[in-house]
Amino acid sequence: MSTLLRLATAGSVDDGKSTLVGRLLHDAKAILADQFAQIESASRARGFGGDAGGFDFALLTDGLRAEREQGITIDVAYRYFATDRRSFILADCPGHVQYTRNMVTGATTADAVVVLVDARKGVLEQTRRHLAVVRLLRVPHVVVAVNKIDLLDYEAEPFERVAEEVAAVARELGLDGVHVIPVSALAGDNVVERSANTPWYRGPALLELLEALPSAAELAAESADDGEPFRLDVQLVLRPQGALAPELAAVPGAEAEYRDYRAFAGRITAGVVRPGDRVHVLPAGVTTTVVAVDTADGELSEARAPRSVALRLADEVDAARGAVVVAASAVPDTVRELEAELFQLDARPLLPGARVLVKAGTATVPALVAEITGRRDLDTLRTEAADRLETNDIGRAVLRLGAALPVEEYAASRAAGGFLVIHQQDGATLAAGTRSSA
Amino acid sequence: MTTLFTAEPTLGTRIAWDASSRLEVLDQLEAEAIHIIREVVAEFERPVLLFSGGKDSVVVLHLARKAFWPGRVPFPVLHVDTGHNFPEVLAFRDETVARLGIRLEVARVQEYLDDGRLQERADRTRNPLQTQPLLDAIAAGRHDAVFGGARRDEDKARAKERILSLRDEFGQWDPRNQRPELWSLYNGRHTPGQHVRAFPISNWTELDVWRYLERERIELPPLYFAHEREVFRRDGMWRAVGEHSLPRPDEPVERRTVRYRTVGDMSCTGAVESDAADLAAVTAEVAASTLTERGATRADDRISEAAMEDRKKDGYF
Ligand SMILES: Nc1nc2c(ncn2[C@@H]2O[C@H](COP(=O)(O)OP(=O)(O)O)[C@@H](O)[C@H]2O)c(=O)[nH]1
Ligand SMILES: [Mg+2]
Repeated sequence: MSTLLRLATAGSVDDGKSTLVGRLLHDAKAILADQFAQIESASRARGFGGDAGGFDFALLTDGLRAEREQGITIDVAYRYFATDRRSFILADCPGHVQYTRNMVTGATTADAVVVLVDARKGVLEQTRRHLAVVRLLRVPHVVVAVNKIDLLDYEAEPFERVAEEVAAVARELGLDGVHVIPVSALAGDNVVERSANTPWYRGPALLELLEALPSAAELAAESADDGEPFRLDVQLVLRPQGALAPELAAVPGAEAEYRDYRAFAGRITAGVVRPGDRVHVLPAGVTTTVVAVDTADGELSEARAPRSVALRLADEVDAARGAVVVAASAVPDTVRELEAELFQLDARPLLPGARVLVKAGTATVPALVAEITGRRDLDTLRTEAADRLETNDIGRAVLRLGAALPVEEYAASRAAGGFLVIHQQDGATLAAGTRSSA
Repeated sequence: MTTLFTAEPTLGTRIAWDASSRLEVLDQLEAEAIHIIREVVAEFERPVLLFSGGKDSVVVLHLARKAFWPGRVPFPVLHVDTGHNFPEVLAFRDETVARLGIRLEVARVQEYLDDGRLQERADRTRNPLQTQPLLDAIAAGRHDAVFGGARRDEDKARAKERILSLRDEFGQWDPRNQRPELWSLYNGRHTPGQHVRAFPISNWTELDVWRYLERERIELPPLYFAHEREVFRRDGMWRAVGEHSLPRPDEPVERRTVRYRTVGDMSCTGAVESDAADLAAVTAEVAASTLTERGATRADDRISEAAMEDRKKDGYF
């Protein structure tokens, strides 16, 4: 059975992110003839590879005019490829500090991040920043690709030096299980197949590793099997009275059967649900029983994250969008004071006293930035004193919410612990937040 | 409960679900798309779905039916009619909305040409002319959210698009300054005059779409399947002979067995030679194809390196 892995690139400008993605697509045979011809002629027009001509793999993802003119990546490009074992969604992210918001965009949904490091330069400021972001966003898997080893004659020693540097940074940041692979994105060494140029490296090629890593969805399914409690954030209530689907309305008796139909539609955030399960509905505070787990394909005998379903409950419950249905045995606490890590994305600084909106799950509530308690030093991740957060800062803050919400600790739940801070008037996303009480 | 797809709905049946804990790729993509569609319907006042009768918009409509089952699709559909549409596709469009009881809004490029608001282009393709009627229709319908079937794998500019994409009152897309999109928390807030484009199948590939069409046994216009047709060769593509697509003297007309990989404006959409007569055969053919669907069949995207980006910046979908 084929599964899906969402992958994002990270690392400093020019360390080879876009080239690596192009190389992966190329070697996985995901570039079709007309795309290949387009890139070949665009590479030639830009003088890539000199007179001999070359194939600029980065053009496969740097698709905007401004990106091609400047030879940089501005925003995330999504590309797709599949092997016999797996389908991949690749998010190629920008490296420049001013586009960090776009890198965060790519990383929040990633199952794995590949951080590129130029073997000649080692860990740079942006490498650290991205590793810190990846750590704080708890991307399940981190792979560091030490790139451009072709320029160092495929020698082991410089790679090992960078690998040690990476290990030291990972230790400081508290990043566990980082995989480090020597590659040449341009020449293809250790990207899809293990390279004969690096006999001293005994680990897997990048693609081999990516085919083997469990995705967040697979991890969620596993946790569900291991008893992780069920949670569903209600998107809307399905009440089709008088507006049944026409093919259903044509069925004799359907109008009567569906007259009182009421189901809570949403995507399962965590765990598994079955008819007969005892559940608790927040903020109504009612405990009831699941009557059915509905989909257009029929009632399910069980459903787990990340499926979209509609729940019918035994009792009349006063609940609407923003309500949360959870396992009755493990009701999360609700918070009015939200202690959080904030990733400041907007160009305007965030100041204490700011009135904002917080969107968590399917609930949006007014909030007040009660306090900014500090800013992360990205070298050490230690928190230093700060009274505001500037663009690209990662800091700690306390938000007072207009209503108590069941935001969970992000460390425990990536799906239920993240939230948005939104500008009240213009609607801009000011910051990404994760609940963390530590 | 009655299901959407049983030929004879049997009330009160319960189907067992494959208890395997892994969701197939298509199941994951479907779950994501349904989530997006429900988010938009919950947060916006007047959504509309761009519906051309093409396979991608057919898939989005199907997903919308699943998202709101047993209720009906709670928004209308909008078609921008270039005046060069394939008659089979228009018939399919009308039959579909009638069957589903959905309201159809039509914006007609021809009306703009007739009264001079737009002029026919030298190359006679009408795809770039769709933008103005589209924006007018969005404003007239006071639509604050517009669903589209665009996929990121279609084109390098589309590869950069967010799932929820903010547009100003001129419909402009600003690729250098897109709103961050975090986790699956979609921020659709906007100011009056702005609207949002929503792309629920952003992450689907052409092959995912065909596999899904096959799995769900979704009906499509007959053009997508092999049929005999009078065609002539232009720009390396087979072009149908029709009222709006006439061969020049040096372009001999032949009868060939062809099908379409995309169905757009007749004046710029080409066919491919194919014997694939049903969904299974088309899916197999797409899986083995060495050309992208746009590369194989869209003349308009060959105009320049950034043709799609330029059209999108101007408010195209
Ligand atoms: N020699 C060599 N050059 C590389 C390699 N990977 C990338 N490059 C070059 O490094 C430059 C920056 O690459 P790019 O992929 O745009 O970097 P990004 O900014 O991280 O996306 C380009 O000129 C690439 O051709 C490699 O493995 N070896
Ligand atoms: Mg790049």
